[in-house]
Amino acid sequence: MTSRILLNEKKIEIILRRLCCQLKEKHGDFSKTILVGLQPRGTLLLERLVKLLNQQGFINLKLGKLDTTFFRDDYRRNEKPLNANKTEMNQSVEGMDVVFIDDVLYTGRSIRSALTAIDTYGRPNSIELLVLIDRRFSRHLPIQPDYLGAQVDALQGDKVRVIWSKNSAKNIVYLEKNSE
Amino acid sequence: MKNLSVSNLLGIKYLKSEDLNLIFETASQFKEVINRPIKKVPSLRDITIANLFFENSTRTKLSFELAEKRLSADIINFSASLSSVSKGETLSDTVKNILAMKVDMIILRHPNPGAAHFLSKNLNACIINAGDGTHEHPTQALLDVYSLTEKFGSLKGRRVAIVGDIMHSRVALSNIYALKMMGAEVKLCGPKSLIPKHIESMGVTVSSNLNAVLNWCDAANILRIQNERMGTVYFPSNREYSQNFGLNFERIKQLKKEIIILHPGPINRGVEISSDVADSSHSIILDQVENGVAIRMAIIYLLGSKLNIKSND
Repeated sequence: MTSRILLNEKKIEIILRRLCCQLKEKHGDFSKTILVGLQPRGTLLLERLVKLLNQQGFINLKLGKLDTTFFRDDYRRNEKPLNANKTEMNQSVEGMDVVFIDDVLYTGRSIRSALTAIDTYGRPNSIELLVLIDRRFSRHLPIQPDYLGAQVDALQGDKVRVIWSKNSAKNIVYLEKNSE
Repeated sequence: MKNLSVSNLLGIKYLKSEDLNLIFETASQFKEVINRPIKKVPSLRDITIANLFFENSTRTKLSFELAEKRLSADIINFSASLSSVSKGETLSDTVKNILAMKVDMIILRHPNPGAAHFLSKNLNACIINAGDGTHEHPTQALLDVYSLTEKFGSLKGRRVAIVGDIMHSRVALSNIYALKMMGAEVKLCGPKSLIPKHIESMGVTVSSNLNAVLNWCDAANILRIQNERMGTVYFPSNREYSQNFGLNFERIKQLKKEIIILHPGPINRGVEISSDVADSSHSIILDQVENGVAIRMAIIYLLGSKLNIKSND
């Protein structure tokens, strides 16, 4: 197993600032927007983005954390069970513009389950997808991000790890190569 | 990733405290689901569940049925009174026939203690015990203990009283196992004729003084007198029972602290509990009913995940 650093904190910071600019460009004052972090790891990216947006004066953002476990398509298909994380959706999404936020987009199956799960809170006006890392050429479903941090080419069996540290200087994204 | 240590839910006795914690964690997520505008998840859309009720039930049956529907399972219902059981078919044959129709999971309520256990030994199917005679009623105990953990956080060192017909109550036995597993102290209270001999060996204490027990406890689970299971007379009259062991507001008023009142239902108002207590802010009876659906969703979901789709092919 070998690993290669894809993004260090400096690059991550530049990317997050760009993503914030792109979100502001599209969503203006965010009055009709709900930013939804996908559990478990998308919520950590959501927290970073919200911190940056708060610094830029966007205080009253509507936020949510969505767990998609019960909507996944691999229930009973793994030896390991699917354990759920906490969902915190305190408002209806009826007529709102939803932005899903996740760290790595791989097969697209998690996003598919999120698209079904969000429906249980109402019918949104639109749904967009923001990801930090897009693993190209590995999609199982026709799903593409609207806001993208960086693209990576990785073989099946490789792992992309996003480490969010309490000390943000240690944040890192690296690729774990399967040595076989 | 955590999983249950069992493949059937036959009784609390066979579970570990980690199992209870996993069920409670999962139930919390399902409680959030059943408070959404759309209260349904697709997880069990390819699973068929048979609800076999050989004994009357309102809450448990509706609660299981709702939990199954919220999980998108296909369900079939069976009541003994309307079936071939009255023509002399055995339990084993009835269930074998139902399983031959490609049913994945059985929810069983039966008047005979050990019925679910018997089936699990003889058949290859996932079985959930929804009450077997005077033995166990695991889902009721799980929802009772879950409701208490919602109020108290940890149950370690908390004092819980179980009051009433302990002898004939499957709720009592399952509650004792579950409460002890979560670290609570348990005291039983009722007429001596309705307390099983040597029950102290389960690590509980016994008292016949309801006022003293109420002053001791943080929560009291009030049980119904199970007249349908009594072959003989255990106490002189309902009136006398009510005077000695009925929970009324006078008793609550004399307490120096707030306590929580549970009741598994159905309530016999004016016998084991008076209406003013059952409908008071002390009572979490309706919370229990709501939590019952979430707990049953969690159990079905967790046991269902063990029905690996490859082994079904």
